Amino acid sequence: MEDKNQLDLNTELMVLNMGPSHPATHGTVRFFLKLDGEKIVHMETEIGYLHRGFEKHCENGTWTQAFPYTDRLNYCSAPQNNVAYALAVEKLLGVTDKIPARAVYIRTIMCELARMADHYTNLAAGTLELGALTAFIYFVEARELTWDIIESVCGARLTSNYIRVGGLASDLPEGFAGHVKSVFAKNRVFWSEFDKLLTHNRIFLDRMRDTGAISREDAISFAFTGPCLRAAGVEYDVRKASPYLAYREVDFDIPVGTTGDNFDRYLVRMEEINQSMRIVEQCLSLLPSGPININDASVRNPSKEDGHTYMESMIFHFKNTIEGIQVPKGESYVPTEGTNGELGFYLVSQGGGKPWKCRVRPPCFALTQAMGHMCTGSYLADIIPTFDMINLIGGECDR
Amino acid sequence: MFDYTYLPSPNLLPSLVEMMLKIIFICTMNMAVFAPVLGWVERKQSALMQDRIGANRAEIFGFTVFGLLHVATDALKLLFKEDFIPRGADRPLHYLAPFIAVVPALVAFAVIPFGGKYMLWGHEANLVIADLNVGMLYIFAVASLSTYGAVIGGWASNNSWSLLGGLRVGAQMLSYEVAMGLTLVGVFMVYGSLQLTTIGMAQENFFHWGIFLQPLGFILFITCALAENKRTPFDIPEAESELIAGYFTEYSGLKFAMFWMSEFLEMVTISAVLVALFFGGWQIPFISHQGLIDAMGHLFGPNFGAIVAMLIHVVVFWVKVISWIVILMLIRWSLPRFRFDQVMRLGWKIVLPLALANIVVTGFILLAVR
Repeated sequence: MEDKNQLDLNTELMVLNMGPSHPATHGTVRFFLKLDGEKIVHMETEIGYLHRGFEKHCENGTWTQAFPYTDRLNYCSAPQNNVAYALAVEKLLGVTDKIPARAVYIRTIMCELARMADHYTNLAAGTLELGALTAFIYFVEARELTWDIIESVCGARLTSNYIRVGGLASDLPEGFAGHVKSVFAKNRVFWSEFDKLLTHNRIFLDRMRDTGAISREDAISFAFTGPCLRAAGVEYDVRKASPYLAYREVDFDIPVGTTGDNFDRYLVRMEEINQSMRIVEQCLSLLPSGPININDASVRNPSKEDGHTYMESMIFHFKNTIEGIQVPKGESYVPTEGTNGELGFYLVSQGGGKPWKCRVRPPCFALTQAMGHMCTGSYLADIIPTFDMINLIGGECDR
Repeated sequence: MFDYTYLPSPNLLPSLVEMMLKIIFICTMNMAVFAPVLGWVERKQSALMQDRIGANRAEIFGFTVFGLLHVATDALKLLFKEDFIPRGADRPLHYLAPFIAVVPALVAFAVIPFGGKYMLWGHEANLVIADLNVGMLYIFAVASLSTYGAVIGGWASNNSWSLLGGLRVGAQMLSYEVAMGLTLVGVFMVYGSLQLTTIGMAQENFFHWGIFLQPLGFILFITCALAENKRTPFDIPEAESELIAGYFTEYSGLKFAMFWMSEFLEMVTISAVLVALFFGGWQIPFISHQGLIDAMGHLFGPNFGAIVAMLIHVVVFWVKVISWIVILMLIRWSLPRFRFDQVMRLGWKIVLPLALANIVVTGFILLAVR
């Protein structure tokens, strides 16, 4: 019937350029739309507006100097990027098993805190763009409290730069467990308030249900990972599929959706926040005492005190700083579960103090390429929740 | 059809004075009090809801007055902003659109009574600017005029986003005006009048308030009113995440402020209509109109007593209006927004049939009662 009308009325398609500086295309991306009224007939996605040459930068610094750059990939969950990079370098060095248990647990805690912060941000921003301004502020406050914890550990809220090859920059502060406990209590209240405002809200359901849906098969063929893949019904989580850090020791569930639409993505993220809290609480109870750095001066600098006292330690300080830690020839890739999906660094070393090649596998790159697939045929307004639940982070996607 | 009694009668001067005073009062309330202060209320109320502090930085000699000065700074800022007209825009229409938007919102208030009738020194004061017997029809007519402002603004801006916003306004207003008219037919049937003063007097008895006699009509009307007001959850014509700012994307400075003001004024008008139709207008529950005048007459003498009663009624009316504004803002800050097709579906497939059903049911009940 619609086709008949079109023939009669001789309508034209409207070409619309959405972005890169459109309120909804945060992270700077451009959608090239052809609209029939409000319906999307054709959609092209253009990325690259935030390209800063991250990978090339890494090749020009030492292995350690890449950490601050990794912070700026997915800046909502910086510790996870640090961890993913550190794990890849440690695999090249062959020291994966020698990392002290305390460092491993602290890394796990930081990863999960980052996941919480990222989900809070994503869900808050998503609801903001659907017009629910109060729910937005509730989760932003929860995120700020989570960032307070991260700040207490490493002094930075956003760009943590906390993980090092072979260990950590610093140990946990005093009273950390108590701080986490009090923040989690508050965040659970925010969570339930947010849940009450939205999960059963008819308008919200109408906007999220059956929009941006992708089938299980399509999700796999588009190389989806993370919450978006799990929302489509695939129970795949790197933390379970190939456990790294301390994920083998802790107990947690993977929420899985059925329809692959925006509402399932929302529900999966909401539940993952709870699971992350569970993981952090378990890690805190299991947290062993001991050193936080590998006992190998050629990988991780000896302490400043030693450096000022012993000649060998001082030499290592010089060598590690000026030449960089010496990584043997080879290549490595360690998959980790980033907030949006599989995050991994593919590193190639030709020997020496600098990476020969550093390639990051950003989860949202794969998700963004399916935007056209998910939005074509739906309404212009459906781009908003779909793009929000994809959670494109420009820093990560464009690198 | 028209009732010309509101025009100057033989005692010309008192009538003219009364008329001028009423117009000045309503204009002052709307333009000088509500339009700017609502901006402040919205900021502070949303801040309260969201555990924030809200705007509190603008100061004169160290006095911030609870952030009220932000209103003045906003006005100043908008006054000095560049009045930008995009290339290729239709200049005359681009100029005209904000005026078309703001004037109807203001003049719609003319038929809304903000008090009853009072005898002052032998002159009857009727607290409504124009006591038209077509009352609500006039409001509908004027309200539909304001649609043109948005549609023309969207079209004249030469911007795809504005155009989409303008189209959405057109479609949304058209759909909801039909439904809005029908939701109120029940009210007119119950009170037997379109004249808002008559409806106001008919609500003297607390249990004869519109909300009790027309509960479904009230719910449907508030839905339509929200949609007419173009605020969340019906703010799709200006949905900032989709259409940037919709039909006023290309407006700046005072012309932008006029669109902004028209939205607030519409909110005041809608609240006033809600109060006049469903919440007893100026009436105080369980105290009759004449009862209060008589009681005050005993205390202060007939003329001053009438003035005191009048002031009480006016205050009661505005308190009710302000309560409704607060409720409308609560809705605005709590709910997400619909999608365009969902708004249309709600209007045509739910509100309209329910409004028709309401008319039929009201008719049967009226037949049964009489």
